[in-house]
Amino acid sequence: MAFLWSLAAFIPLDNYGHYIHWGVINISVANFIVVVLMIMTFVAALLLPFPGRNRRKGNQ
Amino acid sequence: MSTTEIERQWTTRLRKRAAGKLPPEKLLPDTQPAYVSSWIYVFGVTTLAALSLVILTGFILSIRGPQWWHSSSIGHFVNSMHLWSVEIFFFAMIVHLWGKFFMAAWRGGRTATWMTGVVTFLASVGAAFTGYVSQTNFDSQWISTQAKDGINATGAGSIFNVLNLGQMLMWHIVLLPLAAVLLTAVHVLLVRIKGVVPPFEEKTGATK
Ligand code: HEM
Repeated sequence: MAFLWSLAAFIPLDNYGHYIHWGVINISVANFIVVVLMIMTFVAALLLPFPGRNRRKGNQ
Repeated sequence: MSTTEIERQWTTRLRKRAAGKLPPEKLLPDTQPAYVSSWIYVFGVTTLAALSLVILTGFILSIRGPQWWHSSSIGHFVNSMHLWSVEIFFFAMIVHLWGKFFMAAWRGGRTATWMTGVVTFLASVGAAFTGYVSQTNFDSQWISTQAKDGINATGAGSIFNVLNLGQMLMWHIVLLPLAAVLLTAVHVLLVRIKGVVPPFEEKTGATK
């Protein structure tokens, strides 16, 4: 638990949030990171082989 | 009672319709087509699992109330479980809807499946928003005072007052969760009725 608390110390939470401004786009860094993670998850879901796929094929 | 009378009863008609559309082997099938063994199909059920946790932790928060979730460590824990299940819920729902978008999963008479998804998404956004303003802390005060001008400018403020904590809490713990859960149930039943949409190469409209 103490270890987790010390980890949290690395993330400054008592500042103003950081924002990315890009033309009409205005997004907080936190939200941007979540969007990037969703895109990465989506791509991984399409590319990574699903376990048991071959076994099932063999059974058919 | 004559047989025709029995046939005309709404219970008989409803049972026959339900059993015709959703026989047990369609409601709880043992196999799915081969193309379903892909990670992208996992996100619907991840969303479902996250929603269940949201509801469960919400029930626990309701039992003890705000003083408890603000001041005790177990209260903080359940509060955090509630928040993080919501984060996973939205994350998984978005990946799910991207998947369905690129599969054009509304094909073959599945419009209602897609549309119940869309409305569930909107109800969930409302549930998250009313949750943020129901926290009873400085964060919720900040969010509601920021939101009021925008919402009042639309005219919705005359019936939906974000500064009214009682009203926001009711929307958050009664109306919107009920809507989200009922819509989700319809959504999943529609998937069972129609079967999983076949890939593009196959003829659309086929239900197997
Ligand atoms: C509470 C949120 C939601 C839950 C719990 C949920 C759950 C599910 C589940 C379990 C399935 C079947 C398995 C799968 O294909 O992943 C499914 C299918 C589907 N979902 Fe959702 N979903 C939600 C939101 C949405 C949204 C926002 C959309 C799109 C706007 C959507 C569109 C669809 C479509 C079109 C299918 C049918 C796929 C097919 O026939 O192959 N869903 N959903």
